[in-house]
Amino acid sequence: MMLDQPKYKTTDEVDFVIIGSGAAGGILAKELSGNGFRVVVLEQGPYLTEKDFVHDEIKVINQDLLTNHPELQPTTFRKTPQDKAKPQRALVYGRLVGGTSTHFTANFWRFHEIDFMERSKVGPVAGATLADWPITYADLEPYYTKVEWEIGVSGLAGASPFDPPRSKPYPMPPLPVKSSGVIFERAARKLGWHPFPAPMAILSEPRPGRSACINCGFCLSFACEVGAKSSSLATAIRMAEKTGRCEIRPNSYVHRIELDATGRATGAVYFDARRNVQRQKAKAVVVCANGAETPRLLLLSASKQFPDGLANSSGYVGKNLMLNSGGVTTAVFEEPLNDYKGFAVSRVLHDFYELDPDKVGFHGGGGLDARFDMTPIGFALGSLPPGAPRWGKSFKEVLSHNFTRTCEIFGHGTSLPVENNSFSLDPDLKDAWSLPALRLTYKDHPDDLKLSAWLNARSAELVEAAGAKKMWAPPVQEQQFAVHLLGTCRMGNDPKTSVINSDHQTHDVRNLFLCDGSSLVTSGRGQPTMTIEALAFRAADRITALAKRGDLSA
Amino acid sequence: MDSQLSRRGFLSQGLTGISAAWISAHWPAMLSAASHAHRAAQSAAPGKFEFFSPEQAVEIEAISARIIPTTDTPGAHEAGVIFFIDRALVTFAKGDQKIYAEGLPELQAKVRELSPAVAKFSAATPEQQDQILQSLDEQLPGAAGRPSRRRIAAQSFFETTRVHTIMGFLIDPDSDKRGNRDGLGWKVIGREPEHMFQPPFGYYDKDYPGWQPNPADAEKTKS
Repeated sequence: MMLDQPKYKTTDEVDFVIIGSGAAGGILAKELSGNGFRVVVLEQGPYLTEKDFVHDEIKVINQDLLTNHPELQPTTFRKTPQDKAKPQRALVYGRLVGGTSTHFTANFWRFHEIDFMERSKVGPVAGATLADWPITYADLEPYYTKVEWEIGVSGLAGASPFDPPRSKPYPMPPLPVKSSGVIFERAARKLGWHPFPAPMAILSEPRPGRSACINCGFCLSFACEVGAKSSSLATAIRMAEKTGRCEIRPNSYVHRIELDATGRATGAVYFDARRNVQRQKAKAVVVCANGAETPRLLLLSASKQFPDGLANSSGYVGKNLMLNSGGVTTAVFEEPLNDYKGFAVSRVLHDFYELDPDKVGFHGGGGLDARFDMTPIGFALGSLPPGAPRWGKSFKEVLSHNFTRTCEIFGHGTSLPVENNSFSLDPDLKDAWSLPALRLTYKDHPDDLKLSAWLNARSAELVEAAGAKKMWAPPVQEQQFAVHLLGTCRMGNDPKTSVINSDHQTHDVRNLFLCDGSSLVTSGRGQPTMTIEALAFRAADRITALAKRGDLSA
Repeated sequence: MDSQLSRRGFLSQGLTGISAAWISAHWPAMLSAASHAHRAAQSAAPGKFEFFSPEQAVEIEAISARIIPTTDTPGAHEAGVIFFIDRALVTFAKGDQKIYAEGLPELQAKVRELSPAVAKFSAATPEQQDQILQSLDEQLPGAAGRPSRRRIAAQSFFETTRVHTIMGFLIDPDSDKRGNRDGLGWKVIGREPEHMFQPPFGYYDKDYPGWQPNPADAEKTKS
């Protein structure tokens, strides 16, 4: 359903225009409209609802029902700034109301204390711009709790001995265990590790207007047809609409933020569904467009006052991109797991969250999970063992035997921030609106590759302890495709080495705020959305306080 | 790392292609003259073709039937994969029309080369058909790895037909794609037809006693 909303005129100067309706934008819309402000949310994608969320793999995945379109929005990739970028699909993100939170796996790990103060603890790392956050885990803890309770996260408090302190238990029990989870748990215990029920942003109990998970099996890459996945669409967006002060305006592709002569942002310029240019006036602008599109928008908004891109006096807009490291180990077991039923992950472990660089020889840390996240076509085309026949009678035999007997162990780990790793504007390629395309520049820090290999080795130990009949893992390779989009407008106290302050306010423009994956200073251990949402709740409090003090005018 | 998203695209994205469908014809009637007439008679959901001529359909179906053969369980033929491919070529896979249009004559040339006594692919024995397809399959087993969204799919004629056959066999039968007739493809791989399940799901979680905390030896396992 799409609730009744106010319709603001573009010439109405609303209190806030929020660009993007995903994990962060949805929560900011809910909070700011709930605090009495008039809010317009501009979302480049369509407003789809549960009735649109089918299980047709071709429509959803191949045709990008929910995601950015490579034809409309082509991208380029290069490894280093010295290379010429080549056109290739470089990233995927949710392009609809609710953003990537509609189709993600929904692993909802909190960051730990170490993630906020790693630089102080481990010292500088060669080749990385590792920095401490200007806030601590303790600052964010109440907001993690808020996400768990208001948005809906299932889990078991105290189950992991490595968990950071928490002020409240989870609001609902963990999801049921899957066969992959049982196998993982038994093997991990044998090895002396500490598996625990995965914290997931998926309902194990119904909430008003939302069903508990029905275990349909079309979870990752698909949006939930019963509202069990705690996307912004199923949660914050609808709460924002209920305030009567928030308008969600889909099919609105923002390409410029304009300033007045005093250097104050006046609103957002966007293409509407018919590609006509519109200007939404606002007293303040909040950009939540994701770690690729947020820096792109700032770079597109270059002006006389900001020739290198809006709010880019630091030169850090788009830089220090972190994608998270990790790897996949696939295993086949004797008996059917039927892991195609249900959400992806039911067990995880955090024994390796904080590795000692002196012992392992690299910086970083991570976690493991047990999962099955493949749907039938994707499985048949990509999840058979190396060397398996690709067609014919024996292909059919392997496929029929393995589909119900396969699961995966995923390693999830840190990426170190590297200044050259970035999203920037491609000088040649244009999108369907004639705007410069996104260019990804990325070369993993050597420590990230070592960590990925190290985590793969732990996955292999685990699978062996589990008694798998067959296992394989692709070798660790440098990444050239982005899913997690982190660090590109980082938070910090020093305007020379960061883009926003701890209030998410840009150092350069008082009434311009950024909040999404781009705000992160470190990458965490591979599951960033929980932290993005906690930051959004906190940012809403900070922005509200500033607005009420009258601090947003120039 | 959730770059599993990156290994999800399994076909080339739609490209501009020949826009007009070729010919529509009534499948069972036209097939009666063809070598697979006996199979057509068993066809559970006959329908019109939107792209293929009946002659072409016979050949493509013969290829599909070697990619996922009928064994003691149903194959591409029983799951109506040919109807899926035909619909695909006027909808989401329009860009692949040319691959089929050019690939079929090349296939027949290969037939004449390898089995001069055989008139066309569909008339060859299964063994001959496999040999012909093997010669067209440029990809080595296992070279593929997981497909990725960023990879531009290949797309030789054989590879395109292979991917379309697998898609047509395993697509959600409730979709509008005409594939996986009666959910036969899912049945073959052991996926139950429902979209709603309750635990226990599989063998290993059947007798799970419930999660218990580990003995508190957390510190010693920190590496």
